[in-house]
Amino acid sequence: MPQLLIICGYLALLLILGLGASRLFRGTSQDYMLASHSIGPFLLLMSIFGTTMTAFALVGSTGEAFKEGVGVYGMLASSSGIIHSLCFFLLGVKVWKLGKKHGYRTQVQFFRDRLESRWIGAVLFPVLVGLVIPYLLIGVMASGTVINKVTAGTIRDGQVVGGTFEEGTFPQFLEQAKNPKSDEPASFTYGSQGGVPKPLASLAICGIVLIYVFLGGMRGTTWANTFQTLVFMVLGLVTFVVIAWRLGGQESFWASLQMASSSIPLEKLTRTHIPPEKFFTYMLVPLSVGMFPHLFQHWLTARSAESFKLPIFAHPLFIAIVWVPCVLIGAWATSDLISIPPPVAANPNAVLPFLVKQLAGPVLSGLLTAGILAAIMSSLDSQFLCLGTMFTEDVIRPLYGQRSLSDRQQLLIARLFIIGIVALTYALSLFEPRRVFTLGVWCFSGFSSLFPLIVAALYWPRLTKQGAYACILAAAGSWLWLFCASDFAAQANFTVNVPVPIAIDLDGYWQLMPVAAMIVCATVTMILVSLLTRPPSQATVDRFFPKT
Amino acid sequence: MKPAYGVWGLILLLIIAHQDIWFWEDTTLVFGFLPIALAYHAGISLAAAFTWYLATQFCWPTDQEPSAQGKETP
Repeated sequence: MPQLLIICGYLALLLILGLGASRLFRGTSQDYMLASHSIGPFLLLMSIFGTTMTAFALVGSTGEAFKEGVGVYGMLASSSGIIHSLCFFLLGVKVWKLGKKHGYRTQVQFFRDRLESRWIGAVLFPVLVGLVIPYLLIGVMASGTVINKVTAGTIRDGQVVGGTFEEGTFPQFLEQAKNPKSDEPASFTYGSQGGVPKPLASLAICGIVLIYVFLGGMRGTTWANTFQTLVFMVLGLVTFVVIAWRLGGQESFWASLQMASSSIPLEKLTRTHIPPEKFFTYMLVPLSVGMFPHLFQHWLTARSAESFKLPIFAHPLFIAIVWVPCVLIGAWATSDLISIPPPVAANPNAVLPFLVKQLAGPVLSGLLTAGILAAIMSSLDSQFLCLGTMFTEDVIRPLYGQRSLSDRQQLLIARLFIIGIVALTYALSLFEPRRVFTLGVWCFSGFSSLFPLIVAALYWPRLTKQGAYACILAAAGSWLWLFCASDFAAQANFTVNVPVPIAIDLDGYWQLMPVAAMIVCATVTMILVSLLTRPPSQATVDRFFPKT
Repeated sequence: MKPAYGVWGLILLLIIAHQDIWFWEDTTLVFGFLPIALAYHAGISLAAAFTWYLATQFCWPTDQEPSAQGKETP
């Protein structure tokens, strides 16, 4: 029960913060969507970092390290430190400059101007929204799992002991679930196990985030993001120390660290099961930040180009602070120092909350859970807000014209659309869960496949409207095809196998991440079609590529 | 040579250094607790932070507009 009270207290605090931010809200759609371009370096760093670090970073990285070992850090964290900052530097600053000059609020507005195409949004908008949904799904799924696991009891001799709620407190469909690996009927043991049922917990988190996003808009979201980023970074480190100490069980922290790490099975310390070419192509996944619509919107909130400097060099450091402890914790969970029960081992998303529950006291585990939820919600809020902005700016305004809708009407429409998308995501989260990490990689790969488009739009004057359409369709088509081939992310280690001579690789093929095939497909299509079609007008070229 | 070229060279070097096949099967624990695959890549993150700091000092675009007129925040 103390865990649940602390979680509720934290959520109430967030609502108060949202209310506070709403007092600063200037009541215009410009302020709601872009905080009137007033965000300085520190808030920009915290909001960008908080937005990019999702459930994927905490829950996903721990779960993946539990499954695959410590190589997970190199696959995504250190590469993100290089690639994210590259995107902020080469794309973010330029986008901010163009956005401020021409008054853009969304990606589609920029592409519409740059490509001289009124209808580019009709193709790009559904693709972007379609890719944001799995991203939202990661947060919604993980928040439910985390709250459930921390408030649930433990299983002894097939019986649930010490849960927050007795069996029968909630309707059966909320409490009972099937073991995905057997044909046994649904049971309490595989369901809520005395914790807050996952669907209820996910619903509560969606509701809280919706409320503070609606109250404070971008300004409120930025402040909430900053607060939550600080919370999850500090509590994340506390989690690490507590788990290391309790797991290692030695007198000093240092000795406990050494004991915990020396117990990691050898195969989890190496990357023998990861082909080097797969590791290399993992580096393409973080390119996704170049096309995240919510990050695009955060870039536009900057007060000046100088505001980007701090996020550019501090981002890799922040990634290390969050990911190194999470990956180590995941690897420790594979040791014989702790026994992970089969339902938890079958669902890697549950490894971190399980360890927190087992190794920290009730009060501390409540606080640590608040930290995990902070990481999840600091991404959900930006995504919710961005969806509303995109719908208003890219669909409603072009359809109804600039003057036919008041600011208040635009805000209402944005909010209704956000509720619709959240409801859809929530409904999807009720189906069979996927590994947060796997789903995240698929979602990021989709955005990465659109990376050639933003680079060409900013740096290649010869990009044409037709080339851009072809690029989007090739990216979306190749993503869909490969996603289906992976059984909708059910095959966690799905790769694209390219035949190579045995002299190059003894296996006779390279195992590449699907993102590599998508990027090649989108880039080649974009370049070929652009070269075969009429170049953009001189006026557009002069506008976007002024001679210095 | 302009410092900017050196910084871009460092970034390229980071991308190459990231492919550490030499530690693929190494099970050493640095300081007795940090697996070498993790320690090396944590080092890459620190090196990335330093390199990007250099980039903001030596490669920063000079054609940026003055600050927007908005309510200032930290």
